[in-house]
Amino acid sequence: MAASQKEFNQQLKKYYSFYTGGFVIFVVLLAIGEKMGMPNKWIGYCFLVFTILLYAGIGIMSRTLEVAEYYVAGRRVPAFFNGMATGADWMSAASFIGMAGTLYLSGFDGLAFIMGWTGGYVLVALLLAPYLRKFGQFTIPDFLGARYGGNIVRSLGVIAAIIASFTYVVAQIYGVGLITSRFTGLEFGIGVFVGLAGILVCSFLGGMKAVTWTQVAQYVILIIAYMIPVVWLSVKHTGIPLPQLVYGTVLEKVTEREKVLTNDPGEKAVRQIFADRAKAADEKIKALPASYQVEKDAVAKKLEDLKAASAPKGEIDAAEKALKDFPASPEAAKAKWTADKAGAAGRTAPPKPHATPYPGKDEAARNNAKWNFIGIVFCMMFGTAALPHILMRYYTTPSVHEARVSVFWSLFFIFLLYFTAPALAVLAKYDVYTLIVGSKFADLPAWVNAWRTVDPGLLNITDINKDGIVQLAEIVIGGDLIVLATPEIAGLPYVISGLVAAGGLAAALSTADGLLLTIANALSHDLYYKMINPNASPGMRITVSKILLLGVAVIAAYVTSLKPGNILFLVGAAFSIAASAFFPALVMGIFWKRASKIGAIAGIVAGLGTCLYYMVHTYPVFIQWFGTTPIQKWFGLEPISAGMFGVPIGLVTIFVVSLVTPAPDKEVQELVDHVRYPNLVGDIDTKGT
Amino acid sequence: MQLTQTHIDYWQKNLRLTAVLLAIWFVATFVLAWYAIPLAEFKMFGWPFSFYMAAQGSLIIYVLIIGYYAIAMRKSDIEHGVHEGEED
Repeated sequence: MAASQKEFNQQLKKYYSFYTGGFVIFVVLLAIGEKMGMPNKWIGYCFLVFTILLYAGIGIMSRTLEVAEYYVAGRRVPAFFNGMATGADWMSAASFIGMAGTLYLSGFDGLAFIMGWTGGYVLVALLLAPYLRKFGQFTIPDFLGARYGGNIVRSLGVIAAIIASFTYVVAQIYGVGLITSRFTGLEFGIGVFVGLAGILVCSFLGGMKAVTWTQVAQYVILIIAYMIPVVWLSVKHTGIPLPQLVYGTVLEKVTEREKVLTNDPGEKAVRQIFADRAKAADEKIKALPASYQVEKDAVAKKLEDLKAASAPKGEIDAAEKALKDFPASPEAAKAKWTADKAGAAGRTAPPKPHATPYPGKDEAARNNAKWNFIGIVFCMMFGTAALPHILMRYYTTPSVHEARVSVFWSLFFIFLLYFTAPALAVLAKYDVYTLIVGSKFADLPAWVNAWRTVDPGLLNITDINKDGIVQLAEIVIGGDLIVLATPEIAGLPYVISGLVAAGGLAAALSTADGLLLTIANALSHDLYYKMINPNASPGMRITVSKILLLGVAVIAAYVTSLKPGNILFLVGAAFSIAASAFFPALVMGIFWKRASKIGAIAGIVAGLGTCLYYMVHTYPVFIQWFGTTPIQKWFGLEPISAGMFGVPIGLVTIFVVSLVTPAPDKEVQELVDHVRYPNLVGDIDTKGT
Repeated sequence: MQLTQTHIDYWQKNLRLTAVLLAIWFVATFVLAWYAIPLAEFKMFGWPFSFYMAAQGSLIIYVLIIGYYAIAMRKSDIEHGVHEGEED
């Protein structure tokens, strides 16, 4: 086996080197095509079709009917490649497209995600990966079931795995639909299903084996796509192609510029206009219902006046539209004016200082920002160390040692993107603050006008104070714009925009694949094979898993098409849920022999229960859905950080309840020793078949 | 399956190493976040110190912690005779 594993490794390196070279040539050919007049739409289609065919090709080549290959890729994925696959599995549409935008909008406070989503791997490496690899079965509920015994703990594991993964997969499919529709002009709903086909061709035929090898391919595409525009932008602003090392100087310039913009009279005037608008909206709301008719008459009168004065057609059209869109009832007016008030009030503040930790007007606000920063870091880290689709990846390496090395490569490959994102945010901000703010509306760069018309939600610039000059307070930027528009900001050809879209698609597809497989495996392996029909033949088990995969994918796509809520919240919620449910039971199961079955059951229920209780009572959308009564936020923590309560409560519950219930029997103690040592003489064997 | 003294030593050593590395991780993460405001006064390669750490420095520390753990544990596996055969 030793020689063949080495040969296998060599072969993989050869294949993927050829593949990377081939992909680069493909991009170069498209670039030449663009020069020769190939339309942009075609370039978008080429990227979409080529990459999905590529993933399908890998999926078909890796088709398998063997259980160990289907569930854990035959346990022969070398550490280096497992690292790349984990990187792609890990980095979702939210990381690829949303991360830099979040950093752009929230400055230092956004770095909580950067720290949380990398530091969590320390917990994976030190507390989980090597032990799970030694245990060596197929799923995370497998471990819980074996360690604590009985089907109750396993079932709880299945339920938690499904809640966490499903929440997360919906966010991914949403990203797939968004990218497909934006770059090909297809409708969002159709985009979702095209993307779904892309997801299924990888995982359906070859399970984990196919998903692993496509994820490696997807990592290569996404990292190339992320780096090229940032490097280019860095050359543009600093002359040095290493953005991560040199953006400190750009950050200083941004900070100086913020100070200027805070006191600039034009900026102040615009902010004042928004403050006035917020106040006016507030007065209208207070005067309801009487104000409804007064306002409606005013709008109608304005239209009459304009017509009488034979004003330009544009103004009359606008007034007609205003009358047509006027809320139909006082209740609708209240909702609209409240939204108007919030929108205007949100734009009255001076620019948020990018480099300053926890900016706030007083001590209390700063403290609150600090607690929420720590809350997000905590939940993202412990969630990382508990999300089943990531932990599962460490079942696929050939040995315990390789599992440890593999976590190193995983974090290394993730780190490459995450330490670039803050640089991109600062470079893009510098561009906006110096080249756009202060320029004349007539001379805006072409990319600004293009994005303004394509999607006002992503970029909206309006001359509020009518001075013909762009003020920062007149710009509204949606976070996703930063990554999507960087190629154009940097002045790169359209082919790079297509590449970025392909990268975003790769990120979303790879994560969705891993998640769908986790859900299907939890159902087919843990529920069907382990609890319902332990005599099922290997062929039957794989067939059941495939049927479930299709079913879950269709349900997830359906839920996605309903467009549920805020994507970043969904992702964060998945982390908090996974952390609260899994982390305490997994880690205590390995490090504390005394942890008992009842203790684990109580701990999972208490942790998950606390987390869900907090979310359902503090997140406005959930309060509306479930009709719950809102509660005061504990320590002012946002609902996304519910895991900060769930994890400690889970740990304490397991500890206390275990101490008052009987100790686990000798077999369990042996199992714990078994997972603690990579190799023992006369060892038991827990490897799954 | 009987654990010998060397096995027990191996596990104790692993626990100590894990604890030390987790302590470093804790300082690089939560202590840093707690004192981010005062630490922002210092400069590091042109960045305010806390911004640099949260954006790059702590990440590099995480990568190093994991790399060190893999190497140190491999050594310890072999020393205590619990390493896996090459054929695994």
